[in-house]
Amino acid sequence: MMANLPFVVVGLLFLMGLIAIIAENNLFKIAIGVGVMESAANMFLVVLGYRLKGDIPVKFLPGPVDVYVLPTPQALTLTAIVIALATSALMLSLIVMLYRHYGTLDVREIRRLRG
Amino acid sequence: MSWSVHLPALMLAVPLFGAFSTPIVALGGRRARTIWSVLISSVLLVLSFCLLQYVATEGTAVYVMGGKAWNLTLPSGMAYPVRIILEVDSFNSFIAVIGCFASLAGVLFGLRFLDRFSGKIWYSALYFLLTAGMLGLILTGDLFNFFVFLEIASVSSFGLIAYWRDRPESIEASFKYMLVSQIAAMMVLLAIGFLYGRYNLLNMAAVGKVIQFGLAEKVALVFMITALAMKCGAFPMHMWMPDAYAEAPASVTVLLVVVSQASLVGLCRIVFSVFGSAIVGDVVPWALITLGMMSMFFGVSMAVVQHEVKRLMGYHSVSQVGYMLMAFGVGLLAMGDPRQMADFGMTSMKGGIFHMVNYVTYKGLLFLVAGALYYVTGTRDLDKMGGLAKRMPFTTFMFVIAAAAISGIPPFNGFVSKLLIYESSFAVHPALSVVALVTSILTLASFVKVFQTAFLGPEKKEFSKVKEVPASMVLGMAVLTVVILGLSLFPTWVVSHLVEPAATALVDKGAYIGAVLGGGI
Repeated sequence: MMANLPFVVVGLLFLMGLIAIIAENNLFKIAIGVGVMESAANMFLVVLGYRLKGDIPVKFLPGPVDVYVLPTPQALTLTAIVIALATSALMLSLIVMLYRHYGTLDVREIRRLRG
Repeated sequence: MSWSVHLPALMLAVPLFGAFSTPIVALGGRRARTIWSVLISSVLLVLSFCLLQYVATEGTAVYVMGGKAWNLTLPSGMAYPVRIILEVDSFNSFIAVIGCFASLAGVLFGLRFLDRFSGKIWYSALYFLLTAGMLGLILTGDLFNFFVFLEIASVSSFGLIAYWRDRPESIEASFKYMLVSQIAAMMVLLAIGFLYGRYNLLNMAAVGKVIQFGLAEKVALVFMITALAMKCGAFPMHMWMPDAYAEAPASVTVLLVVVSQASLVGLCRIVFSVFGSAIVGDVVPWALITLGMMSMFFGVSMAVVQHEVKRLMGYHSVSQVGYMLMAFGVGLLAMGDPRQMADFGMTSMKGGIFHMVNYVTYKGLLFLVAGALYYVTGTRDLDKMGGLAKRMPFTTFMFVIAAAAISGIPPFNGFVSKLLIYESSFAVHPALSVVALVTSILTLASFVKVFQTAFLGPEKKEFSKVKEVPASMVLGMAVLTVVILGLSLFPTWVVSHLVEPAATALVDKGAYIGAVLGGGI
C-alpha cells in the first residue's frame, strides 16, 4: 500500500489540475492548474523510474546490488520540464496580452469567439 | 552506403535548419528571405519524394539516431532498445509527401499575404519549426519522441495563431488552443508513462511486440485516444478548431490542418501498430466510430449556419475528421477477422487514408482561397462579399475545384475516398453511411452558399477596384490545385500504388515490428 502512495498523489494532483482548468474563472488560476497537471505528469515519471532497493546504473559505484535503476525516466522528466517551462512562459505572456486587450482576467468576459 | 539511408533524418534536419537559418538570412533583406524559404521548402518536397521512392523500393526505412544499432547489448547478453528511432513505411512517407506539399503552398502563399504586417522573420522561423514538428510526428517510431514533437508543433502553432497580436480574437483563440493541447499533451505523457512502467520500453515497435491488453494498457489507450482526438478536433473537444483555424493567418492554417492530421497519424500508429490485434472486444472501434459520426454530423450542422468564411471552413474540418475516425474505427472493427478484413476492413482503411490525404489538399486550398478573399476585401464576412468571380478568375476556378472535391462530386478525389468509406461502413451498419451521406450533402449545400454569396451576384461598388491576388499567392494555391487534379485524374493508379501499400503497412503490425526488431528481442 505504502509503495502505491505516490501514484495516488499523482492521480489526485492530476485531477486537481484538471478541475482547476475547468472550474476556475481567473486566467492565472487556470495557468496554475496547467502547471499542477504538468507537475503531476513529471512526478508520475519520476516515481515510475524508481525500483525498490535499486541503485544507480554505474557498475563501479554502488557496490554489490542486484537491482539497477534505469535513468530513462529521469531523462524524460528533464525534457518534459523544459517543455513545460516553455509553454508556461508562453501561456503567461498570452495572459498578459489578453489582459491588455480585454482589461479583465475573467474567462467569462473573454469570449468574443463563439457560434 | 548511399546517402538515401539518411533521408528520414534529413526530413527533420532540413526544416529545423530552415527555422534557425531564416532569421539570419533575412538580414540580407526581403528578397533573400523569400528565396531562402522557398528553397528550403522545395528541397524538403524533393526529399520527401526521394523518401517515398526509397520506401517503395527498399521497404520500411529505420533510422537510428546517433548510433548504428537500435539496441544496446548488455554484458549479460540481453539486447535492450535504447536508441531513438525514426521508422518510415509506406503509410508515413505518403502522408509526409502531402505534408510537404502543403508546407510549400503555405510558404508561397505567405510571401505576399503577410506583406502588410511586421514580424515576418519570426513568422518564417516558427513556420519551419511547425513543419519540423509536423514531420517528426509523422515519421517518429519512438513514444517519447512523439510527445516531444507534439509539443514542438504545439508551441510553434501557439505563436503562429497569435500572429496578429493586435487582434484580441487571435490571442483568445491561441489561448484556447493552448489549454486544449496542454491537457492533451499531459495525457499523452501519462499514457507513455503507463506503457513505460509496464514494459520499460519506449520504442513503438518493441512495445507492440510484447503488448498485452491489461488494465494499465487500457488506461494508456484511453488517454492516448482522448488526447489525440482532442488534438485532431473530434466532436466533444472541437471548440478550439474553428477559432484557431479562423484566427491564424491563412498560410498558417494550411499547416495547422496538416498538424491535426499528423496527430491522427499518431493515433493510427498507436491503435494499429502498437496495439493492433491486442485490442480485444468491440468497445474501442465503436468508440472511434461514434466519435467520428458525432464529429461529422455536429461539425457540418454548425458549419451550415456560419457567416464568416474561415469559421465555416473550420467547422467543416471537424466534420471531415469525423470521416477518417469512422473509417479507421470500421477498419479496427474488422481487424480480428480475416474474412471481414477482406470484405470491408481494407476498403475502409484505404478510404480513411485516402480521405486524410484528400482532406489536407482540398481543405488547405479552401483556407488559402479564404485568405485570398480576406486579402482583397479586408473582411471575412460572407454577407459583405459579392460578385468577385469576374475580378478574381484564378481564385474562383481553384475554389470551384476545391469545393467540388470536398463535397464529393465525381470525378474529384473527394468522391473516390468518400465512396470507399460509404461502401465499407454500409457493411457494418447502414446508418453509418446514411450519416456520412447526409454530411456530404450538407457540405455541398454550405459550399454552394459560399460560392453564391462571395463569387456570384452583382458586383459591389466597394470592390470595383479589386484585382486578382499577387502571383506568388496564386502560385501557392496552384500547388495544391495541381495535387488535387493529379489525385482526381488518376484515382486507380493512386489507390493501387500509394493508398493500398499505405493501408497494408498500417494494418500489418508484424511487418512494422519486424522492420525494427528483425528476429527477436
